[in-house]
Amino acid sequence: MTEFFFYFFAAAALICGLLVIANPFSQNPVTSAMFLVLTIASLAGLFVLLHAFFLAAVQVLVYAGAVMVLFLFVIMLLDLKAEERRKLKRLGLAGGVLVVGSILGIFFASLARSPLPAGEPSTLEGSTIELGKRLFTQYLLPFEVVSVLLLVAMVGVVLLSKKDLK
Amino acid sequence: MLFALGLLGVLVRRNLLVIYMSLELMLNAANLALVAFSRFNNNLDGQVFVFFIITVAAAEVAVGLALIVALYRKHQTAHVEDLTLMKD
Repeated sequence: MTEFFFYFFAAAALICGLLVIANPFSQNPVTSAMFLVLTIASLAGLFVLLHAFFLAAVQVLVYAGAVMVLFLFVIMLLDLKAEERRKLKRLGLAGGVLVVGSILGIFFASLARSPLPAGEPSTLEGSTIELGKRLFTQYLLPFEVVSVLLLVAMVGVVLLSKKDLK
Repeated sequence: MLFALGLLGVLVRRNLLVIYMSLELMLNAANLALVAFSRFNNNLDGQVFVFFIITVAAAEVAVGLALIVALYRKHQTAHVEDLTLMKD
C-alpha cells in the first residue's frame, strides 16, 4: 500500500512539475501556478509517507496556501495576457536541455556508483513534539534569526511596493 | 529529477514569473531529498533544516515578487528579453 502511494505521489509530482515549465496547451502563467500547487500537494503526500507529518502540514499551509496566493495575486496584478503568444527560442531550448541532461547524467552515474546500504527500517517519527523540542533548544538561535529575517523581508517589501520608488 | 525540471525551467522559460516558479521547484526538490535522508539516517536535524528552508523561501518569494511588480511598473514587461537596460 505504502509503495503504491509512493509511486503515485512521485509520478504526480514529476508530471505536474513538467507541466509547470512546459505546458503544451497553454503558456499562461496561471496554469503553471495551478500545476505548481499540485506538485506541492503531492510532495506533501511524500512527506507524510516519510513520517514527516509536521513538515507536510507546513508545506501545504505555507507553500500551497500563502506562497501560491501571492503568486496568483501578482499574476492578476500584472495582467499578462500579451505574453502568451511568445515563442521559445531554439538556441536557448537546446542549450538548456544540453546542460540539464549532462547534470542528470552526472547525477545518475554517481548514484549508480554508490549503492545505498539497505539498512534496518527507520524508527524516526517527525512528530510536532520532537521537532518543536529541537527548534526551541538546540536550534533556538537560528529560529530567532529567521524571525528577524522575516521582519526584514516584510519591511523591504513594503518599501519596494511604495508608489514613488526612487 | 524535480531539481532538473526546475533548472530547465529557469534556463528555458523567458517569463519572470515562471522562472520564479521553477526556483520553487528546485527548493522543493532539495527539501524532499533532505527529508528522505533524514529518515534514512534516523536523524531529525534534516527536518529542522527543511523547516528553515521553507521559511526562507517564503521570505524570498515575497521579496522577489515585490521586485517583479516594481519592475513591471517601470517597464511594462515581465519578460527577461525586454530587460536589456545594461546593453543600451
